Amino acid sequence: MAEVLEPKVKAPSEPAFSKKNIKLLTDPLDGNNPVTVQVLGICSALAVTVQLEPALYMAAGVTFVTAFSNLFISMLKDTIPSRIRIIVQLAIVSLWVILLDQLFKAYAFEVSKKLSVFVGLIITNCIVMGRLEAYAMANKPWPSFLDGIGNGLGYGVILVCVAFVRELFGSGSLFGFKVFEAVGITYQGNGLMMLPAGACIVVGILIWIQRARNGYSEEA
Amino acid sequence: MENLLNIAVKSIFIENMIFAYFLGMCSYLAVSKNVKTAFGLGIAVVFVLGATVPLNWLLQTYMLNAGALAWLGDSFKNVDLSFLQFIVFISVIAAFTQLTEMAVEKFSPALYGSLGIFLPLIAVNCSILGGSLFMAPRPYNFAEATTYGIASGIGWMIAIVALAAVREKLKYSDVPKPLKGLGITFILVGLMSLGFLSFMGFAI
Repeated sequence: MAEVLEPKVKAPSEPAFSKKNIKLLTDPLDGNNPVTVQVLGICSALAVTVQLEPALYMAAGVTFVTAFSNLFISMLKDTIPSRIRIIVQLAIVSLWVILLDQLFKAYAFEVSKKLSVFVGLIITNCIVMGRLEAYAMANKPWPSFLDGIGNGLGYGVILVCVAFVRELFGSGSLFGFKVFEAVGITYQGNGLMMLPAGACIVVGILIWIQRARNGYSEEA
Repeated sequence: MENLLNIAVKSIFIENMIFAYFLGMCSYLAVSKNVKTAFGLGIAVVFVLGATVPLNWLLQTYMLNAGALAWLGDSFKNVDLSFLQFIVFISVIAAFTQLTEMAVEKFSPALYGSLGIFLPLIAVNCSILGGSLFMAPRPYNFAEATTYGIASGIGWMIAIVALAAVREKLKYSDVPKPLKGLGITFILVGLMSLGFLSFMGFAI
């Protein structure tokens, strides 16, 4: 879908994949990650990560919604009155979320059941709203679109990492494939990883590792 | 009555918005630095959840469910508007918070000072939309839905006030530098969530 839309929104003066635009895509993956650095979109990062498969679908869904909402808000930004901008943003985001939800129901029903209300909750996912406010309201459509994809992927990276740890140690499998049994080890699933509490602790440790590596710390 | 009490206890302690579903984590982590503001936001969440869940229940029952429009006449019997659920719910929530903010600003400047600043924030708090979305598939009646909304709000408030209290004390402890702030808060939430597990199976 992205390929179809690209030519329309290309900025005429600047090449579509200039250095600056590439940076928009790669920056949120690590140094300016939406989950661990900007502290956005935590709710779903914790809730859908018991297994890898739903986590992957969720990551794709958030990327899709963030990118297209950013694109549309950026195109409409001059016509939105600032007093009611949150309602306008929510309306546009929920349009994309409804589309996504119907797509999931049609093509991935099992996953859609596992994700349950969390697909709907993408509407209030802080990543989407945060990027709309911080980026799309002040920038051109094409960079906004890239910023949306970048941040969606940055969120996805964290989601997949957390889901990897939780599924591997929680039920000893990856994508439902019993890893430990395949190499001949009997593995008793770790119940803590399946619990909400396990997710919090895994995310906390992940943030610790990432910040220790980047040398980032906050004054708290 | 017993039924309502049961729903209340269940949604405050067992299915706590924060500790069981992680809803509203963003503002939960951002506004839990001191107890007073945490309490203000908590009250606002209780109020908004207590009002929007029953409102959305009415819309769900009389407008969105398959066949819900039958009261308009026979020709509406087969209409199923359930795909509009998200946009209807979020519009109700956004409109409600905006209206409340305006009303509070006009009629009670003192309350506005302590509560008003949180109201726009609340429109994008996942726990509000989550409350409505969880309510929708459950066979609640109006009173049960209202109880559920208020009780979930109270559960959320308890969680944020508790975390804020712990974080105030945390200022005096020596946390490793990269773990400071967000990292240690997550681990704290995890431990508190483990504590809340002890309520599992508790019923009246």
